[in-house]
Amino acid sequence: MKNLILIFISTVLVNNLVLTYFLGICPFLGVSGKLESAFGMGMAVTFVMTLATSISWLIYHFLLERFGLLFLEYVIFILVIASLVQIVEMFIRKFSPSLYQSLGIYLPLITTNCAILGAALFMVTRNYDFLESVVFGFSGGIGFSLVLLIMAGIREEVNYADIPYAFRGAALTLIIAGLLALVFMGFSGLISS
Amino acid sequence: MAEIIESKIKMKKEFIKGLWKEHPILRQLLGMCPALAVTTSAINGISMGLAVIFVLFFSSLVVSLIKKVIPPQVRIAVYTVIIATFVTVVDIFFKANFPQISRALGPYLPLIVVNCIILGRCEAFASKNSVLVSLLDALGMGLGFMWGLFLLGSIREILGFGSLLGVKMMPPEYNPLIIMILPAGAFLVLGFLVAVMNRLELRIKD
Repeated sequence: MKNLILIFISTVLVNNLVLTYFLGICPFLGVSGKLESAFGMGMAVTFVMTLATSISWLIYHFLLERFGLLFLEYVIFILVIASLVQIVEMFIRKFSPSLYQSLGIYLPLITTNCAILGAALFMVTRNYDFLESVVFGFSGGIGFSLVLLIMAGIREEVNYADIPYAFRGAALTLIIAGLLALVFMGFSGLISS
Repeated sequence: MAEIIESKIKMKKEFIKGLWKEHPILRQLLGMCPALAVTTSAINGISMGLAVIFVLFFSSLVVSLIKKVIPPQVRIAVYTVIIATFVTVVDIFFKANFPQISRALGPYLPLIVVNCIILGRCEAFASKNSVLVSLLDALGMGLGFMWGLFLLGSIREILGFGSLLGVKMMPPEYNPLIIMILPAGAFLVLGFLVAVMNRLELRIKD
């Protein structure tokens, strides 16, 4: 249990996927303009990431490892993620049209979100067991959502400021991300490894 | 005759655009995750750039060759599988021949699979254009990506270690800015580079 809590805290705060591993930077820059869309994207990513790490774990250990097919790792993982996104999309559309309305456009984007594939690869290199992988996937998604929401909040305020031409748009967003990464470094003393 | 000249100009344009006008990192902001993660030194930037050029070149080749037989509904999945295959090739090649670089690049080499530049070029360009033009486009974009990584890696290495490609550049009393090697430094340097790029573009327009 202690182990799982440690994974949660370290993935959300200390080793945040976005700010220390640079995973999921594209949606982080692209969808962080408004709080509302940031929330939708965060929820969709958390959902898919939890499922993706669990299913990839099962496939990796029960199929790839057993039959000596480890060279297929990347191809299989990306197929799992792509089909998962497709299934989740169909499922949500059928059972919760209101959720589909709010998540709809973000779901297809998730296939190419490197945070999801990154989480699946980290899970393998870190030798997590099944439960740890599920917690890791979930906390990775929560960490992503947290940073995305903070960023969206800051950017909504920045919109009202008078910014020099060269820094408008992506340049300023990147610099804010740098400052955020500095702030998150403050959490590094939280867990002594 | 005029047609040949025209097509030559078009080819040159498709090749050049990735190097400056539609630069993948500094203008389109694609493929950010390897760009920020592996550029702690110039040599890492170059090796990642070479890996991306290889994957981009061969994925564009295959996609432009089979573009007519791919059913449009599953095209993204097909592109991803093609890309993942070439990434596996590069990964195994690096592991066997350059284990040191393979360790330095870590999970970011397999993550080329989801690099938006490659998928973006397959979807936006290779699936609509002839083989030769697609290859030129892929090479231009790949080289643009590589010089971007090299620039970012050089700045971070000079400021963070005081060296370039492992050669000491700064006087011995220089105190390295460790922050440049850390993630925060990557965001800051890239942010300022994009701002410089915007400024230069504005000056060219004037």
